[in-house]
This record gives sequence, structure tokens and C-alpha cells, in this order.
Amino acid sequence: MAAIFQGVGAAATLSSSPSNSFVPKKFLTSPRRSFSVRKVPSYVVVRSDGSVNFDLNSKSRRAQQLVANAVATKADSSAASSSSNPGHELLLFEALREGLEEEMERDPRVCVMGEDVGHYGGSYKVTKDLAKKFGDLRVLDTPIAENSFTGMGIGAAMTGLRPVVEGMNMGFLLLAFNQISNNCGMLHYTSGGQFTIPIVIRGPGGVGRQLGAEHSQRLESYFQSIPGIQMVACSTPYNAKGLMKAAIRSENPVILFEHVLLYNLKERIPDEDYICNLEEAEMVRPGEHVTILTYSRMRYHVMQAAKTLVNKGYDPEVIDIRSLKPFDLYTIGNSVKKTHRVLIVEECMRTGGIGASLTAAITENFNDYLDAPIMCLSSQDVPTPYAGTLEEWTVVQPAQIVTAVEQLCR
Amino acid sequence: MALSRFASSSRSGSLLKPLSSAISLRRPISTDTTPITLETSVPFTAHQCEAPSRTVQTTANELLTFFRDMALMRRMEIAADSLYKAKLIRGFCHLYDGQEAVAVGMEAALTKKDCIITAYRDHCTFMARGGTLLEVFAELMGRQAGCSRGKGGSMHFYKKDSNFYGGHGIVGAQVPLGCGLAFAQKYSKDEAVTFALYGDGAANQGQLFEALNISALWDLPAILVCENNHYGMGTAEWRAAKSPAYYKRGDYAPGLKVDGMDVLAVKQACTFAKEHALKNGPIILEMDTYRYHGHSMSDPGSTYRTRDEITGVRQERDPIERIRKLILSHDLATEKELKDIEKEVRKEVDDAIAQAKENPVPESSELFTNVYAKGLGVESFGADRKEVRATLP
Repeated sequence: MAAIFQGVGAAATLSSSPSNSFVPKKFLTSPRRSFSVRKVPSYVVVRSDGSVNFDLNSKSRRAQQLVANAVATKADSSAASSSSNPGHELLLFEALREGLEEEMERDPRVCVMGEDVGHYGGSYKVTKDLAKKFGDLRVLDTPIAENSFTGMGIGAAMTGLRPVVEGMNMGFLLLAFNQISNNCGMLHYTSGGQFTIPIVIRGPGGVGRQLGAEHSQRLESYFQSIPGIQMVACSTPYNAKGLMKAAIRSENPVILFEHVLLYNLKERIPDEDYICNLEEAEMVRPGEHVTILTYSRMRYHVMQAAKTLVNKGYDPEVIDIRSLKPFDLYTIGNSVKKTHRVLIVEECMRTGGIGASLTAAITENFNDYLDAPIMCLSSQDVPTPYAGTLEEWTVVQPAQIVTAVEQLCR
Repeated sequence: MALSRFASSSRSGSLLKPLSSAISLRRPISTDTTPITLETSVPFTAHQCEAPSRTVQTTANELLTFFRDMALMRRMEIAADSLYKAKLIRGFCHLYDGQEAVAVGMEAALTKKDCIITAYRDHCTFMARGGTLLEVFAELMGRQAGCSRGKGGSMHFYKKDSNFYGGHGIVGAQVPLGCGLAFAQKYSKDEAVTFALYGDGAANQGQLFEALNISALWDLPAILVCENNHYGMGTAEWRAAKSPAYYKRGDYAPGLKVDGMDVLAVKQACTFAKEHALKNGPIILEMDTYRYHGHSMSDPGSTYRTRDEITGVRQERDPIERIRKLILSHDLATEKELKDIEKEVRKEVDDAIAQAKENPVPESSELFTNVYAKGLGVESFGADRKEVRATLP
């Protein structure tokens, strides 16, 4: 069940080589027990190019018998998939659109509201051509009034509709904070369970390419303490489509965080209907030495650093936490129990960010399993500057990740 | 009852008196449905539309129902006042006495398929929508039998099965929600409308204009009702609004100014608005009303207005008195019968309070229910993070 990630080339184009297999499917009904297969310690390092390497530490003794298992399972799954479901290749924004379109076809109550989502097709083309297909009443162009159209989405959700509200940039949703916090998150509770709010609020956030301070915001940290909402962050076309569909089908309000720079990622995804569990983390690369927890764009920085680390002899386990609220402490905990070292790499701000909460959660629950203090690499606590070099230094770079792992594993 | 009663005949009045003393089991409240034609107290003022006529049709039955409902609401609010002072109700308690005509008149013009959403002064609107006294008092006192299971409080009354959407604490935030309800009604082709109520203080919120703009653009059956009681907590309307003609604020959206203390005028206006909204999109209603209590129980209500003003309004414009005079002048019931209704209502309220007092407080496990619609197995902790530790169901 080793997950193969697509090699990350230059930072500019994050396209992937399509020949490798995709992240294994996760079905909503599969209980967490199914991941028990990962509990078997694997001392095998599976490289991004598919070749298998033995880890150079003393624990490699037991590697022989496990290699066959790991490779066999992987080959089976990839062989089965390539023969029966070749899948199709697409970009992340197309995957989001596919997910949205399929859900809109499946359930007539799903509608989309946002600025320029209809006739314009969406500022990141996520809703392109949907208005032509479903009409103006289901794909609604709103005026620039985030507070009220988010409120309207919530009001519509109270009656049973399933709106998908798009913030053109996550930062604009700050204007709708009152509606998201007080009405979206709390109405189910304050009405004693009478109303559910099955709304999806989505939009791109994160630091882009010199977009300036106000358009490079990470709102995960602001929303994380609102009770009653769920937050997920997608990072690959596969999980983007899966999370979008799961979020629409969920009865809880879900905030889906996308990233401006990840919209053009290419991946091969299955043809059939699938969803990703909203509360589950994704094992990107199993390892032994250190657990690296990350989400969204930083996943690619981490994987880039992982290549360097592997060359240096380290074996990082990379987990894309995906579910920002609630944390998948089961997967994370199993990993911590295995590696005893944790590094969190995130794009959120240092102060009060997702990493800060995650550090607290891990320390509380798994303190006994930790051999070293948790390290958390986050963005600097500054507004994102415009100048390219400065902007690069506000977010975590792969070199810093390598240094951190080296420090952690000393 | 074979008695047919005519508005102008005094013979039937005298006919009724001996019977009423004879029948001691039930008070003979008129169930007459012959129409009575009356005029509203003042004509409507319209903006960008034709005002409805001043002449309203009603029946004896309806007038007596109005009287009873408003008396019940008045009694309920006064009782809530005493309960608050007895510290059985805590937090914020915003009372609606004086404004009952708006809730009752509006309900008379609507069906249960139409949605109503309002702000925090929601006790009476909840009652009008079919809530029971027990649910009200239990919720106010934070008990299990409350409409929101004791977890909402005074500002969070909801009744889904009769399309009452609350009950909101943040000023103005309910109006975009209300336009969303109207959107859902249009989407599902319900042929129903949404009344989104707000106050003169909330009328200055930007989100109202945003929501109105979107509603007008998309032709939503939304009716924005400004319950203008002339004070936004302690700030009089002339100090908060450059233009206190709230019914004109829609600009492109038509508006109607209504005497909110006259339940028949309210009913007429709401019927008119419903018809209008179903055909032409949003309309604003401004209800000129008044609250006798302060903004909430922590506000004496007399620092920013004179007691003379309050008593003046009570003498001249009180909605219950108006209906009482109408009923008496048209001989639809005797003074004694009306007093009996009031006594009955008082008893009902007292019974409900007694019942609510007996009701238990919510179980501690209720702290964690209804956070999420579907269980996530998420853990929640108490302050010490060890003793109280529960999984959110």
C-alpha cells in the first residue's frame, strides 16, 4: 500500500508523471481498521521512480520478507487498476469541476453561488460551463457581497438545499465571518438539532505568486475554532474531487480549502464514482524515522525535501492531514507511535495556526511516544510581501524542511 | 351556537347575557364569521407601488382570536419580566410587549408554508407560529422541554415544522438568511414567501442592502419587514439614521409604511406584500410600532425616552386596547367576557410557568449533542482536559 507521489519538478510547474499509480482509493464505508495493514512496520523505502531501496539503518534486517508483500500488493492494485480502470487524466481544477458536476447531476438540490461562477465560468475555471448546463438558477452569479450571499447560502441550506458557496479568494470570506461562525457553525446547536446546514464553502487561499498581502491569506487558522464546522484541504486532483463530493454529501457545513498554485496539477484519477473520507488523513509516503505532517501546497515542498532526505539516508513518513478540523488523530497517532518524531510543515501562520493546534493535540495525546519535541515549520507571522524573494521567505522551503528533519533526527 | 350576531344589533347582545350566565362551562366566544368591514387607523404610505386600501374585512371570530392571542403574548412577556427579575431567566431577554400586533397580524395573512425569520425579540413571533407556552418558558429558563432543548435561550427560538427560522442574536444577520430562505422557496417552486424581520437599528446594516440587491436581481419572494420601534437600544432613530423613512430605503424596491399597532392594518399590508412578492420580487414593509419595555431586561428604557411618552403610546395606540374597543363597540363580546379571556390567559401562562419550573435542566451529555449533524467521533474536553472528556456524538 505504498503511496507513490508524483515527482515534483520545478516549483513553477507542478505537473506529474502519469505512469506511476495513484493514491489508493478510500471508500467512505471502509472502517479505520482497514489501515491496520500499515501497522506492519515496513522498512522498505519505495522511491518515487518505483524502484525499491533498503533503508540503511540497523532495522533493515526484517526487510526481506516484507519487500515481497509491499511490492506485490502495490503491483496487484496497480495492475488491476490499469487493466480495468485506466482512469483519466486531468488538472486539479477540472477534478473539482467534475466532482461538482457529478453531484449537481445526482442531487437537484445542489446549487453554486459565487462571484463570476456562472457566465464567466469561475475565476479559476472550476465552474466553467456549469451555468450553461444547469441554468442560472443553479449556478448563480452574485454581486460582490460576501456577507449576504454567504448568509443566503446558509439560509437556503436551512431549508434543505445544498449550496456550494465560492469565495473568489478565501480572504474575501473574512467579510462573511459572522455568517460562517454564528449562523453556519452554530445553528444546528442553538436550534436544538432542528436545522442542519449542509453547505460547502470553498475557495482558493494560500500564498500565490506575488499576489500581495490581502490576496495571500490562509484562513484555516481563523476558522478552526468555530464549533460545528468541518474543514478539509485538498492537495491532489484525486482528493480534490473526492473531498468535493464528500463535502457536498455531508450534512455538516464543510469548508474546503483549495490552493491558488495547485489548480494546474495533473493526475490520473479513476473513472468510477468515489469519495474521500472527510475526516481521514492521507498517507503519502510511509517511512520510519520521522513523521512529517502537512497539508495543501506544503505537501509538495515536503515531498521535494523527502527526495533529498532519502538520498541522505533518512526515511520520512509523510502524511497529508487533509482534515483540518477534526484532526485524524488515529492515523497521526499510529504514525507517531511508529516514528516517535514529528515535524509539522504548514503554510499557516506561526501564531495560532493549524500547526499550533496540531502540536497541542499530539502532545496531549501522544506525549509518551515522542522522543523529541515536536517541530513546527510555519509561515512567518508577517503579511505576505509583494517582492518575490521576500515572499519566498515567508513560506517554508524544502531546504528548511531538510534541515529540520536532520535536526530532529539527531 | 345558533345565535347569529349582527354588528349593529344590540338585541343580540342582551340575548347573549342571560345565556352566558346560564352556561357556566364555556364562555361563549363569538364564532361568527360574517364579515365586518372596518377601516385601518391611518392610511398606508407607499413608495414605488400602489398602497392597498384602508378598508379591511374581518370577522368577529377573527377579532376575538386577535384579542386572545395578543393578550396571551402580553401576559407571557410580563410573566417573563417577573421571571427575569426572580433570576429564573438569565442572560439577555428582549420583550415584545407593545409590538404584538405585528406578530399576530402577520400570522393572520400567512400560511405555515411561508417562512418567518426574525431577530432576538422572538418570543411572540414564535408563539404566533404555533409555539406553546411551555416551550417558551422552558427555553427561557434553560430546561429540556424548551424549543431548542434549553441550548439556545431567549434569542434562539426555532420551530422548523412551522417554518419559523428564529431567533438570531447578531443584528441584521438574519436578513441575508431570510433572503436565502426566499431563494430556496423560489428554487423549489414553493409559491410561498419569506418575511425577514429586523429593527430600525438593523436597518443601517450593509448586509440588508446587499441582500435586497440580490433579492431584487433574482426576483426572490422576500419581504423585508422593518419593525420600527423608534429606538435601537438607547439610540433614537433620528440619531442613528439620516433618513428614517425605512420603507423608502429600498430605492428600486417598493415599500409600504404601516401602523404597526393596528393588527388589521398589519394583516392587510402583509397580504398585499405576499401577493406582490410572489409576482414582482422583494418589497419592504415598515411597521410603525413601539415597545414598552426597554431594549432588554438590563435596560430600564427610560434613560433615552420619557415615561410620558411611554404612557402616552400605551393610552392612545395600544394594540390590545384598540381591539378591545373595536369588539365592544361592535358588540361582539361583553366587557366581562373579555376580562374572562384575560383571566383565562393569565391562568394558562401561570400553569405553563409552573410546568416549566418542574422541567429538568438538560443532561450534561447534551453539552456535546448537535454540534455536528453526523457524528465524527471527535473528542471534546473540559477545561482541565482530563476529567471531562467526551466524544461528540
